[in-house]
Amino acid sequence: MLDPQGKAICTSLHQLGYREVTGVRIGKFMEVNLGGLPREEAEKRLGDMCQTLLANTVIEDYRFEFLDE
Amino acid sequence: MKFGIVVFPGSNCEHDVYHVVKHLMGHEATFLWHKNETLPGIDCVVLPGGFAHGDYLRTGAMARFSPIMNAVRQYADRGGMVFGICNGFQILAEAGLLPGALVRNANLQYICRDLYVRVERQDTPYTNRIKTGTALKIPVGHGEGCYYAPDAVLQELVKKRQVVFRYCDPKGEITAEANPNGSLHNIAGVCNEKGNVLGMMPHPDRCAEEILGNADGMRLFTSILHTWQQTRRNRI
Repeated sequence: MLDPQGKAICTSLHQLGYREVTGVRIGKFMEVNLGGLPREEAEKRLGDMCQTLLANTVIEDYRFEFLDE
Repeated sequence: MKFGIVVFPGSNCEHDVYHVVKHLMGHEATFLWHKNETLPGIDCVVLPGGFAHGDYLRTGAMARFSPIMNAVRQYADRGGMVFGICNGFQILAEAGLLPGALVRNANLQYICRDLYVRVERQDTPYTNRIKTGTALKIPVGHGEGCYYAPDAVLQELVKKRQVVFRYCDPKGEITAEANPNGSLHNIAGVCNEKGNVLGMMPHPDRCAEEILGNADGMRLFTSILHTWQQTRRNRI
């Protein structure tokens, strides 16, 4: 899928001399705080959140990882 | 005929539609706050342009979960006319009532100008008074109007004749130059399989009277009225 923002940034990096850059893609980064759910349940619930709201799977992929506070 | 115009926090074209229906056509129009859960006595639901819920996350992503959208979905399932203009189109796509998605314009700029779209089919409730192949002049105003759908979906769309409007030049030719935002196949508007749900990026509500220099948009509203008159006649 075309990512015009990533392409524009790639061009800018080339102009700055970073010739080694062969591609840039822009995405979103979200921090979601889950109040202490067991890991298995948290994974399931977060997957549901991504499917229903956080990502539009027609145009976006998603993945998540857990960080313990 | 009674139009119901859904108002989300951040909608800004609801009065354009209201003006067309009430003052230019002489029919009934009522605003429906997005927290309403019913559509009482409505003959056509319009999701107007704007920036519903600030377009946060993605255009239309939050609006999709406004309480009224359940009623809109049921209304569409029953065959009711649901017409999304600009942000309304984006909401219908996010809600899955229409296939595909609208993403950032290919040139990364907000585009606000008149352009032309070709009517790809006359046999819809929204275009029945316009001959197939007609080029209509209609303004756009959007930053996320680039129509995207995966290949398989796109092929289905074409096969099932769900593409209703395509960006074209003033003569009605579909060219790369006439495509303002990078939309696949120059797609400017699509309908669902049954044809009762339509979404389009251009604004017919902004060009429906000669005093504005262009009345092409009125032809869609006249078509909607014609559809309503026909279904009423069939019922009687």
